[in-house]
Amino acid sequence: MATAVEFFGGCVIKFSQVSKRYPNGYEALRNVSFDIAAGEMIFLTGHSGAGKSTLLKLIAAIERPNSGSVLVKGQNIATLQDGAIPYLRRNLGLIFQDHKLLFDRSVFDNVMLPLQICGFDYRESSKRVHAALDKVGLLKREKSNPITLSGGEQQRLCIARAIVNRPAILLADEPTGNLDADYASEILSIFKSFNQVGVTMLIATHDENILRPTGQAQLGQTPLGQTQSGDAARTGRTLHLNQGQLVS
Amino acid sequence: MKNWLVEHARVLLYTLRRLLAAPLSSALNVLVIGIALSLPAGIYVALFNLEKVAGQAASTPQLSVFMSMNASHEAITRTAKQLQQHIAISSIEFVPRQKALEQLKLSTGMADVISGLKNNPLPDAFIIHPLATSPQSLEALRDELKKLPSIEHVQLDSAWAHKLAALIQFANGVIGLISVLLSLALVAITFNTIRLQILTQRDEIEVSKLIGATNAFVQRPFLYFGLLQGLLGGLTAWLIIALSLYVLNSNLAELTTLFASNFTLQTLSANDSVALLLFSAYLGWLGAWLSVTLHLRNAG
Repeated sequence: MATAVEFFGGCVIKFSQVSKRYPNGYEALRNVSFDIAAGEMIFLTGHSGAGKSTLLKLIAAIERPNSGSVLVKGQNIATLQDGAIPYLRRNLGLIFQDHKLLFDRSVFDNVMLPLQICGFDYRESSKRVHAALDKVGLLKREKSNPITLSGGEQQRLCIARAIVNRPAILLADEPTGNLDADYASEILSIFKSFNQVGVTMLIATHDENILRPTGQAQLGQTPLGQTQSGDAARTGRTLHLNQGQLVS
Repeated sequence: MKNWLVEHARVLLYTLRRLLAAPLSSALNVLVIGIALSLPAGIYVALFNLEKVAGQAASTPQLSVFMSMNASHEAITRTAKQLQQHIAISSIEFVPRQKALEQLKLSTGMADVISGLKNNPLPDAFIIHPLATSPQSLEALRDELKKLPSIEHVQLDSAWAHKLAALIQFANGVIGLISVLLSLALVAITFNTIRLQILTQRDEIEVSKLIGATNAFVQRPFLYFGLLQGLLGGLTAWLIIALSLYVLNSNLAELTTLFASNFTLQTLSANDSVALLLFSAYLGWLGAWLSVTLHLRNAG
C-alpha cells in the first residue's frame, strides 16, 4: 500500500491538488497542496470564507474533495468508504468554534461520549475522563451542566472531549473565535502543551492578534515549508489561505 | 465481547430510563399498539374457539334418517337391512319412536307438555355413521337415501359445521387483511415516535457522528426503544385478550350450564403468545429502524 508508506514516511496529512466546490457552485478550495509531518503545529490563517473550515472538514471527512487527494494517516478521504469514516475520526480530535457540547448531560458525560463510542471499559474510561478534565482545569466542574460554564470553560471542555481519546491529530476550527484575549492565550498554551507531547496540531484562525503575543508565528508572510524558528514541531508553521488558494 | 455486552446493557438501561422519563406518552403509545394488536389477535382467538366447536361436530358426521309416520314394521325392517348392507355406511343405530319420545321427555324437562299429547308425534328414525366424511360424499349419500321408499326425510347433521368451517376460512382471510393493516399502523406509530425523538436528539446524533460514532452506535438506542415499545404493546394486547376471555368465560358459564356442556373459551396458547410478543417487538424495531435509517441517510 503506497498510501501507508507515505504515512510511515512521517507525513500524517497530505493534500495534493485538492479542489472543493459546493453544490451551489461556490469554490471553497482551488488546487491546494501541502504536507504536514507528525508532531507539527500548524496555524491555518486567512479571512473568513478563505476555505479554512472546508480544509478542516476535508481532513475529518465531513466533506469530500471534488478533485485531488487528501491523505490522512495514509487513508485517502476522496475514496474512503462511508463505513470507514467513523474509524478515521477516532484518530482525530475535533475542536469546534461553537463547542458542540451536549447540554442534556454533565461535564463528565460530555467527555465520556467519545470513549463510549469506542466501546471502552467504564473504569478505564472514567480515569481517562478525569485526566482530560484535569488537563484543561475543569476537574472540579465534572458534575456541572455545561450550560453553567463560561465561554472559555466551554471551549476547554470541548478540548477535553477532543483529547480524551488520545488522538494523534487535533483539528481546531476558530478555537478562540468567541473568547477574549486572556481566555484565548490560555487555550493556546493548552494546545502548545499537547504539541510538546507529540500531538499534531492544526489550528484554523483568522484572529492574528491572538497568535502574535504567543510568539509562535508571523502570519501570511512565511513561505510554505519554512518556519520562523526552523523548528516546526515546537513553534508552529503557518499556512495562509486566500479565496480558496494557498498563498503561502 | 464483554465490552459489547456492557454497551448493550447500558443502552437497554438508558432506553428504559427514557421510556420512564415520559410515562404518560409512553403508556399511551403502548396502549395504542396494544389495542391495535389485540384486534387481529382477539379475532384469531375467537375463530380458534369457533373452529374447535365446528371441528368437534364435523369430525363425527352423522345422518339422521326419519321414516314416514305410516311406515309399517316390515318397511322398517327392510330399510334397516338395506342400510346395513350399504357400502358407504359403517354402522346404523335404530331409534324407535317410543324411545325418542322418552328421551325428549328426559332431556328437556318438557314431560308435562309431552304427556299431554294424545299421539306420539315422532317418527321412527335411524342414526347413520357413514364411512367417508367429506362433504361431497355425505351429500351424495343423503340424496341416495332420500330416494328409498318409506323414508320421509334425511338430515345431514354436520352440514352446519361444514358451512361454519367455510365461514371460518373466509374469516381467517379477513384477519390476515386486518393484521397487515394494523401491523402497518404499528410500524407507522413507532416510526413517528422515533422521528420525534430523533428531532429532539439531533445535536447528540450530530456530535456523536463527528467524534467517530458508527451508524450502528447512533441507531442502537432508537432500535432498543422501538423494540421495547413494541414488546410492551404486545404484552398489553395479550393482557387485553386474557382479560376479555376471563370476563366472557364467566358469562359463558351460565350459558353452558343451560346447555349442559363444559365448554370454555381458550386463550392464546404458549406458542401463539410468544409469537405475538416476538411479532410486536419486531414491528416496533422495524418502525424504529426505518425512521433512524432514513434520518441518517438524509443527514448524510
